[in-house]
Amino acid sequence: MPLGLPWLGAHFRVDALSAFFLIVVNLGGAAASLFALGYGQHEHAPERVLSFYPAYLAGMNVVILADDAFSFLVAWEFMSLTSWALVVAHHRERENLQAGYVYLLMAGFGTLALLLAFGLLAGDNGNYLFESVRAAPPSPSVAAIVLVLVLIGAGSKAGVVPLHAWLPLAHPAAPSHVSALMSGVMTKVAVYGFVRIAFDLLGPPVWWWSMPVLAIGGATAVMGVLYALMQHDLKRLLAYHTVENIGIIFIGLGLALAFKAHGMADAAALALTAGLLHVFNHSVFKSLLFFGAGAVLNATGERDMEHLGGLIHRMPQTAFTFLVGCVAISALPPLNGFVSEWLTFQAILLSPQLPSWGLKFLVPAVGALLALSAALAAACFVKAFGITFLGRPRTPAAADARETDSHSLAAMFFLSALCLVAGVLPGLFIDALAPVTNALLGVSMPHQAGLDWLTIVPVAESRSSYNGLLVFVFIVMSGSIAAVAIHRLASDKMRRGPAWDCGYPDSSPATQYTASSFAQPIRRVYGTTVFHAREVGDMPPPGSARPARLTVEIRDLIWDAAYAPIAVFIEYATGRLNVLQFLTIRRYLALVFSALVLLLLVLAIWS
Amino acid sequence: MVLIRDFAFQGAQMLLVLLLAPVLTGLVRVVKARLLRRQGPPLLQPYRDLIRLLRKEVVLAHSASWLFRVIPYLVFAGTWVAASLVPTFRSGLLFSWSADLIALIALLGSARFFLALAGLDVGTSFGGIGSSREVMIASLAEPAMLMIVFTVALIAGSTQLSVMAAHMTSGAVGLRVSLGLALLALIMVSIAENARIPIDNPATHLELTMVHEAMVLEYSGRHLALIDLASELKLLFYVSVIACLFIPWGIAPPDGNAGAIAVGAASYVAKLAAGAVLLAVFETSIAKMRVFRVPAFLGAALMLGLLGTLLLFVSGSL
Repeated sequence: MPLGLPWLGAHFRVDALSAFFLIVVNLGGAAASLFALGYGQHEHAPERVLSFYPAYLAGMNVVILADDAFSFLVAWEFMSLTSWALVVAHHRERENLQAGYVYLLMAGFGTLALLLAFGLLAGDNGNYLFESVRAAPPSPSVAAIVLVLVLIGAGSKAGVVPLHAWLPLAHPAAPSHVSALMSGVMTKVAVYGFVRIAFDLLGPPVWWWSMPVLAIGGATAVMGVLYALMQHDLKRLLAYHTVENIGIIFIGLGLALAFKAHGMADAAALALTAGLLHVFNHSVFKSLLFFGAGAVLNATGERDMEHLGGLIHRMPQTAFTFLVGCVAISALPPLNGFVSEWLTFQAILLSPQLPSWGLKFLVPAVGALLALSAALAAACFVKAFGITFLGRPRTPAAADARETDSHSLAAMFFLSALCLVAGVLPGLFIDALAPVTNALLGVSMPHQAGLDWLTIVPVAESRSSYNGLLVFVFIVMSGSIAAVAIHRLASDKMRRGPAWDCGYPDSSPATQYTASSFAQPIRRVYGTTVFHAREVGDMPPPGSARPARLTVEIRDLIWDAAYAPIAVFIEYATGRLNVLQFLTIRRYLALVFSALVLLLLVLAIWS
Repeated sequence: MVLIRDFAFQGAQMLLVLLLAPVLTGLVRVVKARLLRRQGPPLLQPYRDLIRLLRKEVVLAHSASWLFRVIPYLVFAGTWVAASLVPTFRSGLLFSWSADLIALIALLGSARFFLALAGLDVGTSFGGIGSSREVMIASLAEPAMLMIVFTVALIAGSTQLSVMAAHMTSGAVGLRVSLGLALLALIMVSIAENARIPIDNPATHLELTMVHEAMVLEYSGRHLALIDLASELKLLFYVSVIACLFIPWGIAPPDGNAGAIAVGAASYVAKLAAGAVLLAVFETSIAKMRVFRVPAFLGAALMLGLLGTLLLFVSGSL
């Protein structure tokens, strides 16, 4: 559908792929808006949030609707700018300004990469309609450059390692419902950009395209969750976890590219469905978790888990929904996170038939990384839920917390219900994705909803099946049978007493495990190499009354290696270029003139 | 008629695993005691312990939440369902297709997730130490287990346990390097998952060395009984999975007659007994490791599993 001037108009279109992503965006948007009805009451300067929030939602929608490169890029940049304005909404906190600055730089960098990618993709006569781009697929070498640029452009917005550094700074800085949208939804818009270009506009894939996608996906999944485990700021932990889930999505997409390149259409449909289902699932439970974190922030004024604890007594409903989100994101049955990871595993099991040797070595390694990230995610959410909601309150703020308002609760219960439904009836959601895979690959997964008992069987010949509904019913039934039988036949007496703790209970809540001490074994196993984690103990000499101190040092090697040098360079360059600001008019004219001569010379030599 | 028969078999399997699990643990204890020249507890002692615990009242810490009281039932239900879906004496169980091996592993993962939360609920330091070490061990044991599943699934062409068992008995599988690696890794993972020596000591009362026992320290009465029964079921689950994948002979086919089923049941009990004896011998012949040696042990299992998978990716006949 063209809009605007006849020869300069913007074009919009809804196809199966954009329809799916529109659902993801607007479901997240609706839930976030419902949550914000209650959450926004606590906002000090609502005009700073309210004026940009609808614009931000509109920007994300327009990116997905766009049918030519210009409107795509304009909407993309609009989405970045409005979200930047929301990140710095609480601009009096220094940290937020810093986060906004890094975010703005990275967003500009990402858009630049996308701009170049679309520039290379131009159709006949520089026509940037997606239709004409599709009609004139680029040569393989150009396509390779485009793929790298898209990985940088869309990847930096999605937060793939090593372009993730801005994400855990910017997402938590915004108000919680905006954090939910940025983490749960905007990263999906970036995934949309990648899928649109890599699967749709770029023409038939070459097998090695999948290699960087798979490698980046695997590295992102594990690094994201390891970073998350080291955090004790609840919202930052969630933001790092987004990085992990983006890695899982990219593993699915990379597998789909590999299968498509080798003509294994059915397997490609399975892998793409797995990736897209995870897009949906992640948007649901990540929004839910950020809402929970927002409710805790409102009730206690704290994001630091070391100052929380025991909230399950004060905020039972928030705790319940947050627990649902934790189980779902840890990929545990019978909730939805497990289904998409299970499908990804099934796709990996089909990959030995891939003929290329590079993939034969890479795919099992990626499978191991995926398994590792799933197990670490469970550890991470035991920590997030256990330290925040369980145990005893560590500060008076946590002890006096109040249950959050009904609008926020409604949004959280709605998303929790969605987690359960998508987990026990995955067949319906897989079938709903069939038009998307049909459009991109020409085939879709076998129809699932008609199978007995709503089981899902992704590959008919392997007969591997999973039935979330039955597993859920079994657990509920056997648990309640056990409960009823024991209460009737054995004993139902209960008495409250002090905690046992091997006979030495200590009344101080400071003796509990904290987020840092909970992560200590994992930090010791993985962190010594990945983060150069070091523990420095400082024991006072005998007889001294000074307390002993234990300091943990963690270094972000990616930041040190990639970002710090760039920051130093930019600082240096801008310092030098500053001279240009104070020149006389004659010198400016001379500069303009010499630039013109130089450009004309270049043109003359070129042609 | 067929449906009723299948329901009966599924029900029989559920009861069978529930009844056999405590005996299996009892047998390991008896054999271990004999190897140490001790008299040891009677074989049926675990039942008596369970009944005694079920009759006692629960003493709940003041700071315990509703979640702490729900978790024993969740953990028990998850483990019981997982153990009931493994083909033990007869394959082609009515509901065996509702979860494949990956889903069963993840189901046990759910049980562990909740148990680790229970360790943090009361807010004591021992609970925390148990939980944090348990998730550290799990973060290596779970990927290792998945790599083992990959190896076996690539050979059998399915992640469905009954299909895998049928493929293993079909004669299409000879001795394979990758299967050997997977078996070794699976044994290592099973030892870690069940908190046995050298990873953890199920009989310890020295707090600082405990992992599983520290995590459930605050439980008492019927809650403790359920958690003990769940860990006994988990041991049975792992022995059954090893038996089903690597020594599947004797399991009755779905259309087997009464004789085949009797053979299946007898061979299953024999396999369990052999597993218990081997576990006891292994445990008495080795010392417990320091906690931070465990990653090396499980890392080796992970690498074995990955190696098995890689071999199969490179060549289907290895």
